[in-house]
Amino acid sequence: MASKENDARKEPRRFGGGWLVLAAVGAAVVALGLAALLTNIFQRQQEARNPFYRVVELTDTTVDPAVWGQNFPIHYDQYRRTVDMVRTRYGGSEALPVQPTVTDPRDTVSTSRLEEDPRLREFWAGYAFAEDFREERGHAYMFIDQVFTRRQEVAQQPGTCLHCHASVYTVYREAGDGDLMAGFERVNQMPYQEAAALAEHAVSCIDCHDPSNMQLRVTRPGFIEGIRALRASEGVPDYDVNDDATRQEMRTFVCGQCHVEYYFAGPEKRLTYPWSKGLKADSMLAYYEENGHSDWTHARSGAPMLKAQHPEFEMYMQGVHARSGVACADCHMPYMRVGAMKISDHWVRSPLLNIDNACQTCHTWPEDELRSRVHVIQDRTYEIRNVAIDAVLDLSRAIEELAARDSTAAVLPAARNYHRRAQFMTDIVEAENSMGFHADQESVRVLARAINYARLGLATVLGRPLAETRPQTAPPQTVTPRGEGGSR
Amino acid sequence: MAFAILVGVAAGIGAFTFVYARGHSYLTNDPAACANCHIMSEHLGAWRKSPHRAVATCNDCHTPHDPVGKYATKAKNGFWHSFYFTTGSYPDPLRITPGNHEIVEASCRYCHERITDAIDAPEHGAATHKGALQCTRCHRYVGHLVR
Repeated sequence: MASKENDARKEPRRFGGGWLVLAAVGAAVVALGLAALLTNIFQRQQEARNPFYRVVELTDTTVDPAVWGQNFPIHYDQYRRTVDMVRTRYGGSEALPVQPTVTDPRDTVSTSRLEEDPRLREFWAGYAFAEDFREERGHAYMFIDQVFTRRQEVAQQPGTCLHCHASVYTVYREAGDGDLMAGFERVNQMPYQEAAALAEHAVSCIDCHDPSNMQLRVTRPGFIEGIRALRASEGVPDYDVNDDATRQEMRTFVCGQCHVEYYFAGPEKRLTYPWSKGLKADSMLAYYEENGHSDWTHARSGAPMLKAQHPEFEMYMQGVHARSGVACADCHMPYMRVGAMKISDHWVRSPLLNIDNACQTCHTWPEDELRSRVHVIQDRTYEIRNVAIDAVLDLSRAIEELAARDSTAAVLPAARNYHRRAQFMTDIVEAENSMGFHADQESVRVLARAINYARLGLATVLGRPLAETRPQTAPPQTVTPRGEGGSR
Repeated sequence: MAFAILVGVAAGIGAFTFVYARGHSYLTNDPAACANCHIMSEHLGAWRKSPHRAVATCNDCHTPHDPVGKYATKAKNGFWHSFYFTTGSYPDPLRITPGNHEIVEASCRYCHERITDAIDAPEHGAATHKGALQCTRCHRYVGHLVR
């Protein structure tokens, strides 16, 4: 009797037991999955708040980016990737293995622009750039490439050069006993090698960020003074960029600290940005014509020449993106998503290597279409850049021939002045690293002006001078179809 | 007994997760609910400055207006948004799917039909809104001035 009852009890229990175990396991799995989901949600919410651990205290003397990287590892990791050497059609850099020497320990350099375009040796004849000029490569290399370029061997460069090619904020403050400007002036007057010994890093976090609150700030005296002169010419006196600039403007200005045209003023070799008449190429040329500065005497034509250097900031300001409020960082350090965090990508590189983040936030066309649009712009600029270089060289050779025949020819000063102007305008576009993209129509306009100066210079050499400016013809009267009205 | 406990644990964690992730907010029309995922903060902020801020919430444009369609869309999008945000495997920048784009186009017409009826003719494209003139091609930013 008892066993039968037991049996009756056992059977349903045995049948129910298996399913029960299965259900229990299932419930456990569900509970596990839910716990995992819960922790993921929690993680995303933490990421969204963008916290950082204050692992180290950052001060106004913390120059080593690795130390900043302890608090901001993701930014630091991206920043370190500027060692990558990737070519784009007109930019980037290609790694060239070389044998280290006693004077140059680098085992990799970028390709020589002088070998890519041998005309450039003649273009810059008599100047250090004709000796060594290479593809620019990532920020990580800015210091060593300056220290070891052969341009240091053919001329004694001043410590001023360090202003843009190393992390100098702490260097200047130390050299000036806490005074940035005094340190700047002192370092400018040192020979380059002595100044370079004071620096240790390429551009570092402290050069753009206030360590107490990560706010962007300008640290370069050259830019502080340059932008003050520019604003003064626009009717805004006593402009203090760190007080008066907006956040979005700062996202351009921190790059504009270095990506600019400059010269060294006076025997004290003070780094100066030629902006007191404005940022356009014509304005900078007018500035130099007024103060008579020249960088070197051309070995072929004997003209007093100006060298333009990387005027990306000035050129960009002429373009439609700048006009639309887009900052340098919007394309070259676009926001990227890491989990649920949104951070600025500190791997500064060509936007062509990052089209989806750099371009497609605003331009929702396929990558191929965007890339080919950029290439069209750059190909067109390159075409006219070549025409301009040839035009300038034609003028330079004609002057040389004339001077060889008759060194006292009356037209020589005027002809040489045309060479100076034509070459500076060409060099502005040649030295600018976007191959026209930053301001495409302006780039070609500047090149056209250069070709015009070359034409006028040739006419002068040939004894048939032409008027530089002609009376403006009135714009054609627009015919408004009957019935449309309006005053456009 | 163990089974009962485990079911209880699962239910408990489930309920906690639901509340922690503010699951109840997704049943409302409150635009802030869409920004529970902070990647949407820019869109919420942009909508607050947009011309439609006083007349349309997120649901008014991004879900159909019939009750079945509305909650079906919420459920489907809710699942897939959660899935992709958990795994992180969605491409940058964000792009609306064709299906959701259809819904947005239909929403434009839901309110503006009297104005758009004249240009929404079959001659301008296929019977579905996909082939027809797309409102958002020109009026891209009326909802929110970011993509």
